[in-house]
Formats: sequence, C-alpha cells, structure tokens
Amino acid sequence: MRWGVVTFPGSNDDRDVLRVAERVLGDEAVPLWHKDTDLRGVDCVVLPGGFAYGDYLRCGALARFSPIMEAVRAHAAAGGLVLGTCNGFQILCEAGLLPGALVRNRSLRFVCDVVTVRVERADTPFTYGCRVGDLLALPIKHGEGCWVADEATLAALEAAGQVVFRYTDRAGRAVAEANPNGSMANIAGVCNSERNVLGLMPHPEHAVERLVGGEDGLRLFRSVQAWLGRGAAGGRREPTVVPGP
Amino acid sequence: MAAEVTAALAAEHGLTAEEYGKVLALLGRAPTFEELGVFAVMWSEHCSYKSSRALLRHLPTKGAAVLQGPGENAGAVDIGDGLAAVFKIESHNHPSYVEPFQGAATGVGGILRDVFTMGARPVAILDALRFGSLDHPRTPYLVKGVVAGIGHYGNCIGVPTVGGDVYFDAGYDHNILVNAFTLGIAPRDRLFHARAAGVGNPVIYVGSRTGRDGIHGASLLASAALDASEEKRPAVQVGDPFTEKLLLEACLELMRTDHVVAIQDMGAAGLTSSAVEMAGRGGAGIVLDLDAVPVREEDMTPYELLLSESQERMLLVARAGSEDAVAAIFRRWDLQAVVVGRVTDDGIFRARWRGREVCAIPAAALTDAAPVYRRPGEEPVARLEEAQRLELAAVREPSDAGQVLLALLESPNCCSREWVYRQYDQLVGGNTVVRPGGDAAVIRVEGTRRGLALSVDGNSRYTRLDPYLGAVLAVVEAARNCVAAGARPLALSDCLNYGNPEKPDVMWEFQQGIAGIRDACLALGLPVVSGNVSFYNETEGRSIPPTPMIAMVGLLDDVECHVTPWWKAEGDAVVLLGRTREELGGSEYLAVVHGLVRGTPPWIDLEAEKRLHRVVLEAVGERLLRSAHDVAEGGLAVALAEGCFGGPRLGVRVTLERGMRTDALLFGESQSRMLVSVRRRHLGRLRDLCRREDVPLAVLGEVRGAGIVIADLIDLPLETARERWRRVLERRLG
Repeated sequence: MRWGVVTFPGSNDDRDVLRVAERVLGDEAVPLWHKDTDLRGVDCVVLPGGFAYGDYLRCGALARFSPIMEAVRAHAAAGGLVLGTCNGFQILCEAGLLPGALVRNRSLRFVCDVVTVRVERADTPFTYGCRVGDLLALPIKHGEGCWVADEATLAALEAAGQVVFRYTDRAGRAVAEANPNGSMANIAGVCNSERNVLGLMPHPEHAVERLVGGEDGLRLFRSVQAWLGRGAAGGRREPTVVPGP
Repeated sequence: MAAEVTAALAAEHGLTAEEYGKVLALLGRAPTFEELGVFAVMWSEHCSYKSSRALLRHLPTKGAAVLQGPGENAGAVDIGDGLAAVFKIESHNHPSYVEPFQGAATGVGGILRDVFTMGARPVAILDALRFGSLDHPRTPYLVKGVVAGIGHYGNCIGVPTVGGDVYFDAGYDHNILVNAFTLGIAPRDRLFHARAAGVGNPVIYVGSRTGRDGIHGASLLASAALDASEEKRPAVQVGDPFTEKLLLEACLELMRTDHVVAIQDMGAAGLTSSAVEMAGRGGAGIVLDLDAVPVREEDMTPYELLLSESQERMLLVARAGSEDAVAAIFRRWDLQAVVVGRVTDDGIFRARWRGREVCAIPAAALTDAAPVYRRPGEEPVARLEEAQRLELAAVREPSDAGQVLLALLESPNCCSREWVYRQYDQLVGGNTVVRPGGDAAVIRVEGTRRGLALSVDGNSRYTRLDPYLGAVLAVVEAARNCVAAGARPLALSDCLNYGNPEKPDVMWEFQQGIAGIRDACLALGLPVVSGNVSFYNETEGRSIPPTPMIAMVGLLDDVECHVTPWWKAEGDAVVLLGRTREELGGSEYLAVVHGLVRGTPPWIDLEAEKRLHRVVLEAVGERLLRSAHDVAEGGLAVALAEGCFGGPRLGVRVTLERGMRTDALLFGESQSRMLVSVRRRHLGRLRDLCRREDVPLAVLGEVRGAGIVIADLIDLPLETARERWRRVLERRLG
C-alpha cells in the first residue's frame, strides 16, 4: 500500500513514519510537502508529530491552513484514511476533522514516557487487528496532550463509540494515576463518526521494533494494511460496546 | 554618532592598556569605533581562549579514528560504514543564571548549529547541569527554568535528549553550569568546514534577521566585568527553535549539493566572528556590505550589525554562480538567503556601510595574533591540605546501614533524575536504544548495525578536593560508563568550567585539570576532538569548584549487544569486578551522612582500569553479561539498589567479605569497579577472563526476590526504596 506522510515546517516525526512505512512495513512511503495540493494517490495520509509552525499561536492552529490540508479534507470526506499522531492529532482537531481540542498538560510540563493505552474499539481501520481491551505500551511526548471537549460532545462520542484509546495502568484500569496529561475520561485517541480519521497523542511510529521502543505500535500500522487488504466495503466489524472508565 | 576611540573607551570594552597598544601596533593607526568593538569581541576570553590556548595544546587530539580535531565548529570521528560522528560540548552558564529558560534554550540551539554546520544531522543531545544546593531559595526556579528551556529547544527542533547528568552543590549557588552536548551523523567524506576560499565567491547570510540582542555577550559574559556590574549584563538572546529547525533542514538540503565552499554559524560575536574565522582559517579576506544584512529593527548602526548575537543565523561561502540555487533552497523552507559580501585575496576583514568603510582589519590580527596569556598558577596549599585531611577514626559508623542507604537514595545527587528527563523528548528519530537513567545512553546508527554510547561526567566534589585527580576520574568514569553499556570509548569532548583565570589559585586548578585530562587520555588512548572553556564562573570573589565536564562517545559494532545496568532474571549471579579499598574521601556518603566534604578522592590505577575495560568488553562481545553497572556515587550499596530499580525490577541478595570498615565496604567509591550479572553457567568463562587480565572477581550473590538484601546489614523492600528514590526531585521541585 501507499502511505503518505505530510511534512509541515516544524514536523519532526515525519522521517520516522516514512521509515516505518518503507523499512519496517515494506510499503511505499510517499513524502508529502505542506505546500503540495495533491496526495499523489496514497491510501493513508499520516500527519506526524512535531511542532508545525513552531506551535505558534496554538498547536495546529496555523498548520490547518497549509495548502495540503484541503487535499487531506477531501481525502477524508471520500472515506480515505487519515492518521494523526501527537501534533497531527492537534492539527486534525484544529481542522475540525476530529472532535475536541488538545490543551496544555495539567502538570504544565512536557512529558516523555511510555504509557499503557487500552484499545476501546476494534472497529476502526487503525485497530482492526486488535481486540477490545488489548493493552499497548506506547510512548508519549507532548506538552499539550490534554484532550478536552464539552460534556455533550464527550457523551456523544462515548455513545457513538468514537473513543478508540484510553490511558490505563498496567492492569488496564483507566485510573487517574495512569492519566499523563489530564485528558477527560483518560482519552488518548478518538476517531470521527465515519471511523476513517483517527487522532492519538501516543506515538505508534516509535514502537515498531523490539530494539527501539517495542513493537506494540506496529499493530496500528498492520491493522491498516489488513483492513485495506480485505477491502473497505466488507472490512468493517460490528461495533463492540465497552464500558467507559 | 560614533564615539571617539580612546584608551579609556578601549578599557570600557574590556581591552587592557597593553592589548590596546597591540591593536594600535597591528593597525598602525587608531581603530574606528566599529573596529574597537570587533577587537574587543574577537580578543575576548570567550572567542580567543587567550588564557587557555597555551595549555589546551597539551591535550592529545590525534588518533586513528579522528577525522577532525579541535579548531573547527565540532570534532569528528570515524565510526565505520562510511560515517562520521560529529560532536561537541559547550557551556552556556552565565546566560542561564541570568535567564534560565532562554539561557539554556539558546545554549542548546548554539551547540546544535555547531554540529549541523559540519554537515551532520544532529541525532542526540546530552546536558550536564550543575545547580546550587536544593535548599537555596533560587535553586528550584533555576532548575525548572533550565530544564524547561532545554526541553523547549530540543523537543521542538526534533533532536532527542538522551542523557546527561545533574548535580547539586552549594558551590554553584550563584554560578550554575549548563553544558550542552550534541552529536550528529554525517557521511565521512562530506564534512563541511569553515574555511573561506575562492576570490569573488559570494558570502551568503541565511536564517533569522538581525536585531540588537546580545551585543557584547561574548566579551562581557566571559570576563570579570559581569560580576562587577549588573547593568552591563546584556540582554540574553531569545531562541526560536522553529526557525532553527527550518535552518537545519535547509542547510542539510543545501549540503547535499555542491554549492557550499565554507559554512559557519553566527554564535558569539555574530557576523564578525563567523566572517573573521572563515577568513582566518582560509587565509583569505572577506568584505561585507552591512547595508545588505537583513534586519528586524530600524536604524541599526554598523557597530550593532557587526556585533549582534541574534540567534538562528548562519554565514556561508558559496561557489560563484550558485547564488540563485542557494536562495531557492532556503526559499522552499521560507527562509531568506542574502548575499552580504565576497571573498577577497587581501587577507583583510572589511565592512562597508552607507558608502564608507567602517572596518578594515587583517583577519590574522583578530585570530592568530590575538593575545595569548600564560597566566601564573599557584597551588592553594593550605586550603587543600586542610580539605584533604580526613581522620576516619573520628567518623562514627552508623548503626543502621539500611537507613544510610535510604538516605543516600534520597540524596539530591543519587536520587532518580526522572523528573528532569521526562521533560525531554528522548525518542524522536526512532534510534534511542537505551533511554536516560542508565550508565550511558545508547543510540543506533541509522542504516547500520552499529550503536553509539554517550555519557557525560564530572564529580565536582572530587575536583574540589584534588583538581588533578578529579579530572582524571571524570575522564575515566565517562569511559567506564560507555564500557558498561558495551561500547569501546572512541573520543571525547570536554567543557572546562572554572573561576577567574587571573587568580593564581584558579589558574592552578585549570592547569591541574588539563594535566589530569591529558594523563587519563594518554593512558586510555583517547583523543579530545572538541571542547570549550568557560572562565569567570565566580560571584563576589567566590569561584565555583573546578568542573571539567567530560562527554565520551563509545562505539558498539553490534548495537544488539548493548548492556544495561538492570538485573534481568532471577537466579543470575551477581558479580563485582575490581577491588574495593577502604576509601571514603570525597564520597557522597561522607557528605550526606556526616556533612563532610573532605579527604582525597579515591585512587586510580589507570592500568587496572584498562584491564577492567578489556574484561567487560570481551565479556560483552561473548554475550556473557546480562547487566553491567559502574560503581560510582554512593558505592556498592547504591549500585546494587539501582540494579533493582529499572528493567524488570528484580531484587538482589548478596553477602560481602568484610575486612574493612563497613561504611567503606558499602558506600565507598573505589574506582575501576563494575557490578555485573551473569548466568551461572557463564561464571567460569568470566573467571577465566578476569584471571587473564588480573582483575579481581567476587561472586556476591544472586538476583532474587523483591528486596535489597546485603548480608545481615541491609534488608529493604525494593518498591519502598524505589518510590523514595524516584520521588525526591518531584517533591522538592513540584
């Protein structure tokens, strides 16, 4: 398959995602420049981590106006896959492609650590190869990763099964101590209502090799491969209802 | 507007009467106001190394792997597979005390530029930090600001901070140290230099616009003047990591082409030093058109344009005719590239402004002819004799060794540094194999099987008590930390932080430090490939403890073979390599438990150290070692506990052969020791290696249970001890 990775001015993890696609997955990796207006036929667009436009004004607030974002929007509207990690998640929220917003960590400090996230939904292309309740060890590294929304939005998301990942302790309990940034309901990642756009604060691309960070992140990339492989039309599973935190 | 240049004005610029006389002689006339400013910065301690240059020549800088020694923006060593590791450590002490966040941030920005200027993509940052006592009211503010500033810059530009060290000592209450290290990787045949060449070639300015920030930072910060006059403190520059990220990517893209002849970052003394140094190294001249310099403030004077230290700027010499191609690359990254001058053949650094020449100085007068001082050093005999006196008989042994171990684990200098490194992106780039918290960080060299181990060390308690031995031990410990990770030490970069070199006792400390580094390097076969000297770290006449900081780079041929300090499996044998002597001088134990900073640092036999390295590296190569950990501050007991705190978090149960004071046995800091764990069946082979190299080996016990059990002396539950060790900085700093 073809992975497209957007480089905004200030993107940092773009090189990492390209390497995962090419060297680890053995797929085609297509670098996309923020000034481009064409996605060059990629199957899945990744908005990588980093500090697009220096995070000036607000994380993602300027990047959403990059020319490439029109193409990303059209791709998403047509059912194409879009994955945003960290800064990419922030950009997707700013662009209105995902609900909620990401604000300063409650500690007011940047945090880099390996956290446990629980898979809440296996009916997205990005978690297709997981089971609900699976625990993944994934790195985080952000200063603005606290996901917030108004109560009604949160309730609607929970009801529609759009919460895809939650921070938990190693036993899989979504407790306050396991929440690294103060996100509402321990939310680590959400998808849109059509389930083809996913944003998450953890970095799956930094957990794809045993030697460096473990392999749990690989499951997201493999899920996308498998989901596309079996065809988008027949690939969707019935949503599985799981209790909230 | 230009003031009349007089001897008094020269003195205000920090030039001595003698130095000003030399300026007059070199020029054969009085300097213009602009020229005076140029001489003042170029002859400053910071730019000219005038007090240290003569001594730095004693350091060994050659070796089979050395591709670039001191004298360029950074050093470079061959790491195989056609690649070079490019690295350097540099101080940003004074600005970080004045404004901790921006001071530390721009320190990181500066060292990153030094490395990518050489054509290397930065892949790792280390930071060696020294703060005053945690009880000093200003310390928490400084720590928080410095750590946030380092994180801000490193995280944003996308280079992982993989290690470093932090110590607290009242000797730094008014002069903190922020030493930043960066390592980059470049193709070994594509290293770029800062040597101007090619008459008529364009001199191109790239990056941020020039403002009035940091003028005379270089000449004032590294001088006694800072202390004397608060208001002379220039504004600390403000860093913009986003612009630097664009500059980094644009420069690396440019360096894949053949357009560049020479390139140099604008650091201290800005446009002046970058132009002068490129001209000086290339034996060429440069003429600058100051009206072409992009500015962000109106009505800047030529003096300000020449001396501004605005951040995120580079100066490069391109091939004639490449101007448009260079500009196109920078435009793609939304940066400007402006031709501001030409290379000439007269060896003179000229600057023109509004139709007149404001500066015309032979480049060599500013570089090679800069003053060199052989300042007198004098041993402070009485002070040292007093400090080195230690009556061990009068030091009472505590009755409860378990409580002592907890006290050490909770001491600011032994406790977990997690609060610090959690604020740094340790992972970006996807090559961090061993994250902060071990003896050395390990990174993979992308596209190869190789790895690099990185460690930065310097125990100021040792150097305070014996500036020579302390410097030897800094080199040795940095090397040993690389060895503990399974890497062969290759080369080092040093950052030498001292007080006022015009004082004989400080100069003596500096001389001793150089001698110590030299002797350790010669014994271990290690070259110094880059470094930095920071003098005038003093306030109200009180100097910091002498602090040579050593950043070591080691090579693993197979990164899969790397070793970490943590126990791996129940039942593994726990083995101590090396000899424990009854040594407590300068130890963390004496300081924490008895409030004593006294005695002589532990002795070192450099031959024994080398034999230890051989044993460990050979054992690593044969995959005998499951863990390896240097025994350092807090001694054997702390090292045993630390083995439990990471990885799978397993307990340890050992016995000890007595025969000396129990506190020395448990908490003494004898050198050349390594705590390792091995499978039982590999003990025989390890014994053979030790016998061959004459390294003492003692099987202490095994990995077992959920406690730290040391003979009948200590029995602590692992998780309780770990929590107390982990939470200290969080509790103290919030």
